[in-house]
Amino acid sequence: MNLLEPRAEPSRTLQWAAPPIAIGLMLVAGSVLFLLLGRDPVQAFRVFFIQPLESGYGWSELLLKAGPLVLIAEGLAIGFRARIYNIGAEGQLIFGAICAGGVAIHAAGHETAWTLPLMVVAGAAGGMFWGAIPALLKTRFNAEETLTTLMLTYVANYFLSWLVHGVWRDPAGMNFPQSVMFGDGALFPVLTEGNRLNASIFIPLASVLVFQLLVKRSFLAYRLEVGGQAPLAARYAGFPAGATVWVSLCLSGLTAGLAGVGEVAGPIGQLNLNLSPGYGYAAIIVAYLGRLHPLGIALSGLLMALLYLGGEAAQMTLQLPAAITGLFQGMLLFFLLGADAFIDNRLRLPRRTA
Amino acid sequence: MTTRVQVEPRIRLIGITKRYHSLVANDQVSLQVAPGEIHAVLGENGAGKSTLMKVIYGAVRADDGELMWNGRQVEIDSPDAARRLGIGMVFQHFSLFETLTVVENIALVLDEPFDLAALAQRVESVSRAYGLPLDPHRPVHSLSVGERQRVEIVRCLLQKPQLLILDEPTSVLTPQAVLTLFDTLRKLAAEGVAILYISHKLHEIQALCDRATVMRSGRVTGEAIPREETPASLARMMIGRELPHCAIPAYLGQRRTVLEVRALSLRSEDPFGTSLEGIHLTVEAGEILGIAGISGNGQNELMAALSGETPTAADSVLLDGVPIGRLGAGQRRDRGLGFVPEERLGRGAVPAMSLARNALLTGHRKGMVRRGLVDYAAAVRFAAAIIERFGVRCSGPEALARALSGGNLQKFIVGREIAQSPRLLLVSQPTWGVDVGASAQLRQTLVDLSREGVAILVVSEELEELFEICDRIAVLAGGRLSAPQPRAATDAEAIGLLMAGHSMSAAA
Repeated sequence: MNLLEPRAEPSRTLQWAAPPIAIGLMLVAGSVLFLLLGRDPVQAFRVFFIQPLESGYGWSELLLKAGPLVLIAEGLAIGFRARIYNIGAEGQLIFGAICAGGVAIHAAGHETAWTLPLMVVAGAAGGMFWGAIPALLKTRFNAEETLTTLMLTYVANYFLSWLVHGVWRDPAGMNFPQSVMFGDGALFPVLTEGNRLNASIFIPLASVLVFQLLVKRSFLAYRLEVGGQAPLAARYAGFPAGATVWVSLCLSGLTAGLAGVGEVAGPIGQLNLNLSPGYGYAAIIVAYLGRLHPLGIALSGLLMALLYLGGEAAQMTLQLPAAITGLFQGMLLFFLLGADAFIDNRLRLPRRTA
Repeated sequence: MTTRVQVEPRIRLIGITKRYHSLVANDQVSLQVAPGEIHAVLGENGAGKSTLMKVIYGAVRADDGELMWNGRQVEIDSPDAARRLGIGMVFQHFSLFETLTVVENIALVLDEPFDLAALAQRVESVSRAYGLPLDPHRPVHSLSVGERQRVEIVRCLLQKPQLLILDEPTSVLTPQAVLTLFDTLRKLAAEGVAILYISHKLHEIQALCDRATVMRSGRVTGEAIPREETPASLARMMIGRELPHCAIPAYLGQRRTVLEVRALSLRSEDPFGTSLEGIHLTVEAGEILGIAGISGNGQNELMAALSGETPTAADSVLLDGVPIGRLGAGQRRDRGLGFVPEERLGRGAVPAMSLARNALLTGHRKGMVRRGLVDYAAAVRFAAAIIERFGVRCSGPEALARALSGGNLQKFIVGREIAQSPRLLLVSQPTWGVDVGASAQLRQTLVDLSREGVAILVVSEELEELFEICDRIAVLAGGRLSAPQPRAATDAEAIGLLMAGHSMSAAA
């Protein structure tokens, strides 16, 4: 029997209530998980969600991790609203990082005031280029972007691997697959001594404002949304169909590329094979958890960053495996999708007997 | 001719009530249909007909009331349960997979072992027996709308229904095809099948149905034997007032050609579409040119070529004497073209967007976008003005397009196009699925607009409508357009023959 029946109109309440519900369910399920693992759920909860925020360092780490997540998610959300599903932001991040890293490696030893800005431009362009490939494939050959973007992530990863194993390998790096450490002129300045949080945080901050304006007020975003929701209506109105694909993929590639720059010119400081702890994938959850809304994404980005920090703390304090972060991310997405089903549908209650 | 034998009704509804929040879609609705009876459910859009049918078909659960099936109280909690009882439904919007063949589509819904060869034979024999010729191996995308409807009907018939529900079945058929459908339905009724026939076409109901239940605003407002009523008395029960008539004044303004189409030939993008061949036509300021024909004969291709969704050779389409064939849809709109497409949801309007945001779709030219930024307040004002002027029934400019009934959304889209003061208005199927009251209002709006000097081109499958409002009528069949005839110089029969693809000379 069909348990759901469509609502006449989507529930606006649930549209915003779904993320808190999903977070609540994640906490409940998480507690059960901790119990099954033989840990005290109250203590585990403290380690996971409270402890990381008890110090200034913790907060700086939170922002450090939230930055790339928010930045990437803002770009992805534009595409998701247009029903262009770029799930390869991870690859665009890596390619952006490669381009920025290339600039830094070539400038090594003689950095100027232009090195860092050039890295930012190169990273943005690189990410955009990596997003433009699926756009070309989709507009030219009608290739599904969900597949091409994902596959290009592997290409970017192997390309990075080839570089750091070969031409860009640090000659003094004991044969580790990594580049030289970037000079200070190729790094974002740290904001406060002793923390890793750096000036790149201003890029995601600015992006929230820019995307808020773009989504709420611009005709461009409106046309993209029409193109995504009703391609025939876009055609009817004379909005070019290809533009939706190009803008969506290039823009999300651009933000992912910028996030890549923030990593290599920030806490990483070189090119290596562990550039990103899956920010490009986690940002997909961040975008949906934030309701594809620029301000909502800022909040959900902070939560997702906390999951990363909590996961690290749980590894150290509770000796839990690293997979714990992924588990919580997965539960969150799972419960969110479940709760979202009730936006357009409602439960069919058993009929009252008259 | 209704023989009232005391038999158990096939289906009996007692006091069915269905509420959506504050809206009562069905309020204490009762009706019964006997075996072999063709029973009309008559009412305007939004009267609650569809909700009632969904209750019977198990797609929606009533809040209150009882449902008796062959004298036994039943709970129908899913369409599957309805089908098991022997209830078949032919929907207004078809649910067929375009890439599959007829027989594959039918096999998908049948609860039986998958044997396409045997099923194809059954499809053929059933379709022949009921006068609904159908090739089981043709892919659905190559079928006309009328043929698709046959697939839906045959699909129901294969399940040997005891009750068949048809929702506005004739809106897509030629006059001749309607007669064929009626023969089929009468044959079924003679075999004891009860038929619920939802429609707002009074003459059809009078020709076909034994009894009618009339609904308005969710309530039953009357029961009638249609043959003993007049269209006017039925309309009164349905809309609560007299049926409005369309007033056609003469055009007194200057006559000049606004749209000219010269030797337009176009290969269809769709491999199963119809290519246009050598189309010539002109539309003058102050006149309505009607294009009759069954869907699938090049209507979509012609409208796309005129609206700019499909560009053509530059001098095939001229607006005010200027070649616009190469211009896209947006550029043609900039030059004073308005277009009301046949699909309202998804093409004329974005379903999940508010009316204000849908006003922006083509109305953005009216000062709603400045330096790339949207003036949302202007869009709200624009939408509110349309809602007010055209009597669009909705909760306001923030109502979602998909929450409106077909007729109300159509009023909104027509209103949006008119509010941009076009010089040329293209309208496809202006009153498809729109109720009587709203249809009359829409037709009058078009007539009035043309008399203000706008050139209007209407594509419609409803001959009556074309004869009511058009100054000249042409027929599009097989991608060729017949020579337009003044309304007074032709009649439904001649047009009907041209629609069925007979030679041009037949109309002369």
